[in-house]
Amino acid sequence: MIEFQSVHKKFVDANGRENVALHDLSLAIAPGEVHCLIGTSGCGKTTSLRLVNRLEDPTVGKVLVGGEDVSGVDIIQLRRRIGYVIQTGGLFPHMTVAQNISVLNTLEGQREEVIRERVRELLSLVHLDADQFASRYPRELSGGQRQRVGIARALALDPEYLLMDEPFGALDPVTRSQLLADLQPVFRDLGKTVLLVTHDLEEAFAFGQRVSLMHAGRIVQTGTREDLESSPADAFVERFLQTLRRPSQ
Amino acid sequence: MRGLVSLLVTAAVLTAQDRIRIGAKNFTESAVLAELMAQTIEAHTDLEVELRTGLGGTMICWAALLSGEVDIYAEYTGTGWATILGNTDKLTDPLRAFFEVQRRCREDHDVHWLEPFGFNNTYALAMREDLAADLGVTRISDLVGHQDTLRAGFGFEFGSRNDGYPGLATAYGLDLVNTRTVEHALAYEAIQSGAIDLMDAYSTDGKLLRFRVRVLEDDRRFFPPYNAAPMVRGATLRRHPEIQRALSRLAFRLTDLDAQALNYIVESDGVAPRDAARAFLEMVGVVEGELSSASKARRALALVGKSPPEPGEQATARPGFVELWTNRWRLVLSLLAQHIWMVLVAVFWATVISIPLGIAITTRPKLRQVLIGSAGVLQTIPSMALLVFMIPLLGMNRDSAIAALILYAILPILRNTYTGIAGVDRDLIDAARGMGMRPRQMLRRVQLPLALPTIMAGVRTSAVISVGVATLAAFIGAGGLGQLIVEGLYLNYGAMIWLGAIPAALLAIATDQVLGLVAARISPHAPR
Repeated sequence: MIEFQSVHKKFVDANGRENVALHDLSLAIAPGEVHCLIGTSGCGKTTSLRLVNRLEDPTVGKVLVGGEDVSGVDIIQLRRRIGYVIQTGGLFPHMTVAQNISVLNTLEGQREEVIRERVRELLSLVHLDADQFASRYPRELSGGQRQRVGIARALALDPEYLLMDEPFGALDPVTRSQLLADLQPVFRDLGKTVLLVTHDLEEAFAFGQRVSLMHAGRIVQTGTREDLESSPADAFVERFLQTLRRPSQ
Repeated sequence: MRGLVSLLVTAAVLTAQDRIRIGAKNFTESAVLAELMAQTIEAHTDLEVELRTGLGGTMICWAALLSGEVDIYAEYTGTGWATILGNTDKLTDPLRAFFEVQRRCREDHDVHWLEPFGFNNTYALAMREDLAADLGVTRISDLVGHQDTLRAGFGFEFGSRNDGYPGLATAYGLDLVNTRTVEHALAYEAIQSGAIDLMDAYSTDGKLLRFRVRVLEDDRRFFPPYNAAPMVRGATLRRHPEIQRALSRLAFRLTDLDAQALNYIVESDGVAPRDAARAFLEMVGVVEGELSSASKARRALALVGKSPPEPGEQATARPGFVELWTNRWRLVLSLLAQHIWMVLVAVFWATVISIPLGIAITTRPKLRQVLIGSAGVLQTIPSMALLVFMIPLLGMNRDSAIAALILYAILPILRNTYTGIAGVDRDLIDAARGMGMRPRQMLRRVQLPLALPTIMAGVRTSAVISVGVATLAAFIGAGGLGQLIVEGLYLNYGAMIWLGAIPAALLAIATDQVLGLVAARISPHAPR
């Protein structure tokens, strides 16, 4: 369960100018739900995601994870319960694939055999051959492979929650649809509560049971694909949906 | 048992106290005077003397004297007046100058000037002999009539100092149309080859005996007196009053010509300052003669004293670079080892100091400004000045040199540690924080490993700079390859300068290469 309760977020820049990133955001994501935040650049979707693992704190309002206000729990413990995937993968270039995946397991003091087994397991989950990839460095991987490793790393401690910020945004269409096809069943089966940020409707509908369409710091509409298509809340939603239909025609 | 120990300690202290240390600046005359004083003291007292020659200039010698690193060195009245006491007005009367400097040094610094050696090593103007004869110039005031045609080459210092050409021009109403700056060591060659007509010289230059030049009479007594005399710490003199008695044997014993001759045989005949001083002391009877009269030094000195060699005549050839290397390669290697050691120790400590500071300033912008700022200021202090500052703090030894090296080596490492850490890709920091790494874990596992190539580049820069700066350690007698360079400089002996400079340059290149390889080895997977 991830909940946003009337969250406002204001940034103040170096010149003292205020910039409202989120305006009265309320949203509840059920346990086991894969929820997508979608919208154009600068609409506040990434900021919302970063409130969950406290890379940002709300100016007003509360964010709850598992029913607890995140501002009240140990920040390190909180973050280790929440897997985090970023657009560029964020793989550490000086570590091998195996070291990248198991970096938290190492910090948690897990035994070497346990770690090695876990790495194999995770690599096969994201459809990578452990023998071939475990000892490679990130620069020896393709973009798609890096994202797979990034997702494996986010799952390393078997977190209840997963935050993904444009995980496929930097990939070419062919690689991306392959990745979507491979990972969709994985996310369905894992039963984790996932919050995924994207600007791509196709991706959002492919993954998310529900999506929230954001615009200028507010959620315009939340619902399933059918909800949005059958009764778009306003003209913005309609225009946004058209971008999905156009390429397929 | 305890009694024995305290006896030994006392004995050790007494022995240490009984060693008199005599300093010398990095030019021939200063070295010869130091030898003259040392041999006289050893012959006429029970004291042992240790020499610290090749010290880089007046301020280093003076700082060393004040801090007790040396007990005695020979100084010139004009230098004492202007450089040490910081006076801007000019003294012209040699006697008044001496007594004034003597009084002020005694009252203000408890430093005592003993009786002068006699000669006056002041500035002089020297003119090409043939031209001077043609034009009938014998005095400086004669120059005014030829000021439009004469080509003058002055050393940088003489050309700019008030007691040099600018003051001289005013005093004589002289306005030389054609003057240029010529490195002093090259001026004699320049005047000999006819490239210049007029140069500044020191009145005791050994080369005045060798080159076809005429020293012009300072008929308006413009140049201040530079009479040399032993300068002794008050504390040393009170403990060992016999030093004054011994050194009085040298009072007024050296004429300008004697000083020229001594300088000449050291600079041009390759006689060691020790042997030159010995030969002179025997000739004037201050030291009992043991040297055979056929010794090279004595023969050379006698030759110079009686009949100056034909001007322009070639001096006894000195060994060239190859021969010098063959004779001295063991010395070069041991100096090289000292050099490497100084650099290693300095770079090690600079690294140990700078990396934690570099890490600390990544999260503290105020501290960053202060630290990078002050390290930058340190970098702009001339290395020689930094060495002078170190003498009162750490003494005149290798520790001082190393401390100065450390201060120089800090900035590149500090700056690169900061840049390296601050330059880590923001996405990686975001990923690391987001996954729940503690700041310390992030530093150790992400930021430092990724900053390592940049930090190593800083260490590499520091090491290469240190190899260069360490050559200056010789100016405070701390050894290293600079020793050969300093010695070569004051003997005006190119091959010896090369003997120090070539290994130093090779060491700098090797340091750069080796650290380059190390850097490539320890960070093979760094992002490119």
